[in-house]
Amino acid sequence: MSSSPVESIRKTSALTFQELLFRLQSFWADRGCVLQQPYDVEVGAGTMAPETFLRVLGPKPYKVGYAQPSRRPADGRYGENPNRLFKHTQFQLILKPPPVNVQELYLESLEALGIDLKKHDIKFEEDNWEWPAGGAWGVGWQVMFDGQEITQFTYFQQCGGLDLDPICAELTYGLERIAQVLQDLDSIYDIVWARDPETGAPVTYGEVRFAEELQFSVYNFEDADVAKLWEHFNLYEAEAKALLIQANILLESESATAAEKRRFPLLATYELALKCSNLFNILDARGAISVTERVGVIGRIRGLAVGVAKAYAVQQAVA
Amino acid sequence: MADFLLEIGLEEMPARMIAGAEAELGRRVQELLTRERLLEPAARVTTYSTPRRLAVLVEGVLAAQADTEEQMTGPSWKVAFKDGAPTAAAEAFAKKAGVAVSALEKITTAKGEYVSALIRRKGVAALQVLAAELPKEVLALYWAKNMYWRAGKPERFVRPVRWLVALLDSAVVPLEIAGIAAGNASRGHRVLHGDAPVVIASAKDYAEALRKAFVVVDSAERRQTIRKALDKATRIVAGARWREDEPLVETVLHLTEWPMVILGDFEPEYLKLPEEVLVTVMRDHQKYFAMEGADGKLAPHFLAVLNTAVDEEGEAIIRHGNARVLRARFKDAQFFWDFDQKTPLTERVESLKNVTFQKELGSYFWKTDENLRIVGNLKSVLNSDYDFSRNWFSLTHAVKLAKTDLTTELVKEFTELQGVIGGLYAKAQGLSDEVAFAIYDQYKPASTEDSIPRNIEGQLLGLADRIQTITAMFGIGAAPTGSKDPFALRRAANAIVKILAESELPLTIGDVLAATGPSMPECSIFLVERVGFYLKDVCGFAYDVVNAVLAAGSDDVRDAVARCEALTAVRGSGDFAAVSAAFKRIKNILRQAEEKGESFSATWENGKSYGELVEPEEKALIEAFDEVAGRVSELRAKRDYRAALEEVATLRPAVDAFFEKVMVMSPDPKLRAARLGMIHQVRVGLAGIADFSEIVTS
Repeated sequence: MSSSPVESIRKTSALTFQELLFRLQSFWADRGCVLQQPYDVEVGAGTMAPETFLRVLGPKPYKVGYAQPSRRPADGRYGENPNRLFKHTQFQLILKPPPVNVQELYLESLEALGIDLKKHDIKFEEDNWEWPAGGAWGVGWQVMFDGQEITQFTYFQQCGGLDLDPICAELTYGLERIAQVLQDLDSIYDIVWARDPETGAPVTYGEVRFAEELQFSVYNFEDADVAKLWEHFNLYEAEAKALLIQANILLESESATAAEKRRFPLLATYELALKCSNLFNILDARGAISVTERVGVIGRIRGLAVGVAKAYAVQQAVA
Repeated sequence: MADFLLEIGLEEMPARMIAGAEAELGRRVQELLTRERLLEPAARVTTYSTPRRLAVLVEGVLAAQADTEEQMTGPSWKVAFKDGAPTAAAEAFAKKAGVAVSALEKITTAKGEYVSALIRRKGVAALQVLAAELPKEVLALYWAKNMYWRAGKPERFVRPVRWLVALLDSAVVPLEIAGIAAGNASRGHRVLHGDAPVVIASAKDYAEALRKAFVVVDSAERRQTIRKALDKATRIVAGARWREDEPLVETVLHLTEWPMVILGDFEPEYLKLPEEVLVTVMRDHQKYFAMEGADGKLAPHFLAVLNTAVDEEGEAIIRHGNARVLRARFKDAQFFWDFDQKTPLTERVESLKNVTFQKELGSYFWKTDENLRIVGNLKSVLNSDYDFSRNWFSLTHAVKLAKTDLTTELVKEFTELQGVIGGLYAKAQGLSDEVAFAIYDQYKPASTEDSIPRNIEGQLLGLADRIQTITAMFGIGAAPTGSKDPFALRRAANAIVKILAESELPLTIGDVLAATGPSMPECSIFLVERVGFYLKDVCGFAYDVVNAVLAAGSDDVRDAVARCEALTAVRGSGDFAAVSAAFKRIKNILRQAEEKGESFSATWENGKSYGELVEPEEKALIEAFDEVAGRVSELRAKRDYRAALEEVATLRPAVDAFFEKVMVMSPDPKLRAARLGMIHQVRVGLAGIADFSEIVTS
């Protein structure tokens, strides 16, 4: 088999990791999306950032895109596995409500990355998504590109235990996967993250992130102090719960003014819930959560996330 | 006469749901047209589907319903007309019938004179009927999972509806579904055709118009195309074959509108990984077909089915991309395999405490203990039959390690290979073949077609594991109901029955159930149902044979199979059929007598004293019965059921004579009781093999 056509395609169209992100951002900005920055609290997926989890609630239309570093402590492999990461990068897009040509727009966004669709095989294969701790689910596809899953495409139906109306489309591009495809690489760590415009010298993904993968694997699997993690968990949870109780009293109160209701810090409460979720993930990776505890702890996080979502929906509806 | 076409354009449907939906749409449209009297007798209904569309073409639709006439009867003439003048009743009836009062007629029936009206209904045009009725049919299609997509959530469907084509010949049927108005514009292949509309000039042009837009709408044609392309691509490698896999063909044909096949390669070094792992990666994760060489062993190639048509350069790029993905998956599997070997299965038992079996019950550590307890109890049943000591060590070892592969990275990655991976690891880690095979086979039979575990240890592990699951789930109220069986307990029970039927283990359903603990009658009933399923649906015995056999006991499955076979062999004989018919008669007489509270008396002993019986035919019957029953019980003990049933058939002359001459329900109460007692004895005495009254005779 001749590899020359492949070589030529690779050389002419291989965007760097950061160029890939630029292109996606500018493509969606040109189509009316707000570009947000990555959320600055640890999350397992772009869905958990408030720009998705809370914005999808209620009737107000919203279009937003952001890159989101997503932490999955149990997926860490000390930087040894060329295809697994503790922290990967999603480009997360929320289109609320979804335009009728949302799939066509998505395919156009691939073309914006320099991909000639006529030279690839693309399939939308059923893949439904669920985040039980967030009371969220949707139906959709994994987008298969020459046999590689590069995007998760979901029509959100429920979030925080609430039925959504309008529903929204969530597109989650796996940036490392796409870069691997475009640059034709067997290892994530070889991805060219940036290239010096003068010398052409590459800075690789490994140079940028390897130490982080190694050290966080060590921390998550070996060093994290289980007792302290539980302590942190309990503290964050206690504060979040206390705030939720106050929120519910205030939001139901007939004497409180609309301004008082609107200033209640539900966004801060949600951050506390996210902290709990991340601590749970570390405890889980650390092997510190027994069977009997597991269901209970997920239930506690769900209580917080769903509690915030419900209160947030009420707060948004305050006249 | 016209042709009708409906195409529902959708975002990609789940492949697994398409075939069912295509058939249902065809059925619904045909039923609607029939109901609305719009279908020609010789009409032809053809259905089509691709991932993005469901379509139905009906050749032979009437332009309009035929006009109808109906005579409607109203109030009596006397009430409707007083002195020749219409009353309020006449006017009300005329209004209801939609005719003028002057058009009312008088009819004479057996009951007297009545008012009548001839109602003429104009047939409605097909266009109108379809526009009004089709949307309901479409929105009523069944989907395993639905979604909302429009604001206000007016309807649910499998995926958003994006376009509709509805044509009666070349006229657009003015219907609307989910906010989309039907037209004559379809869409072609996303990439090969692009976004330009594909105009369908006339209904019957549908398939050809779309073929020009790179869409093969006939799924059967795509199946053929894919199979031929697989054959062709395989020929590139001398002597190779693709691994036949109809379910995978079925999946990929529902993922493509314009299929093509490419052959790709992987590094032969990965062939060191177990074939099970390689095939699972290719088949389940990548939807690739595996290939084997002339020796039947896996060859380092794969076949991918694409949804496009590409030039040589594109083909090279796609082949290269797919090979890279496969290589990464294999590399992962290799990594997991090596990583897992650092902790042998024997050191993983404790970590099963962290794997939930069922949240209300406990972990797999708990389940393993339960399984051990159950095989311990089964052992004591087996010991009375034969020496089990040789297998005991390997059995307990296998049970203890059976679930440990759930903690391995490879099973976390390839959950469908649980058991198989455990077996492969056991072998790689130097455990005996008996242990490795038992672990490997523990989930067999996975279906009614699958074979049972190959050794005794695997069979006992399979029995214990499943009966533990069933009784524990019943214990927490999770028994299957109707179509709901979330824990697949029916499948587990089917596997138990199949193992008991097809192994040589001297165990009955009762033994297996008793090994779990105190009796659970509802589990027992559940398992007997599955014995019936096995005999009918797996072995293919007639339902009446199965009912007859089960009525005589179902605890020993192999015995039930033998009785079914014997009964099937003899049921055709005239004598046996006559005896069966007589048994049915006996059963009915006895049932009616019981309902009336009749008493039965046993007035004979050991064929000697016939007490009240008077007629020679009845004495002859009981004598014949005594002889036959004796021989039958000897043959039954030898399990020669065929011969035993042939014995039963010899009762025919005595039975026939009895029913011809003797009236059981004699007016004399004593005689009646004696006769009832006798036929009851005949029925009960021969009930050990089967209840012959269940046999359906013509």
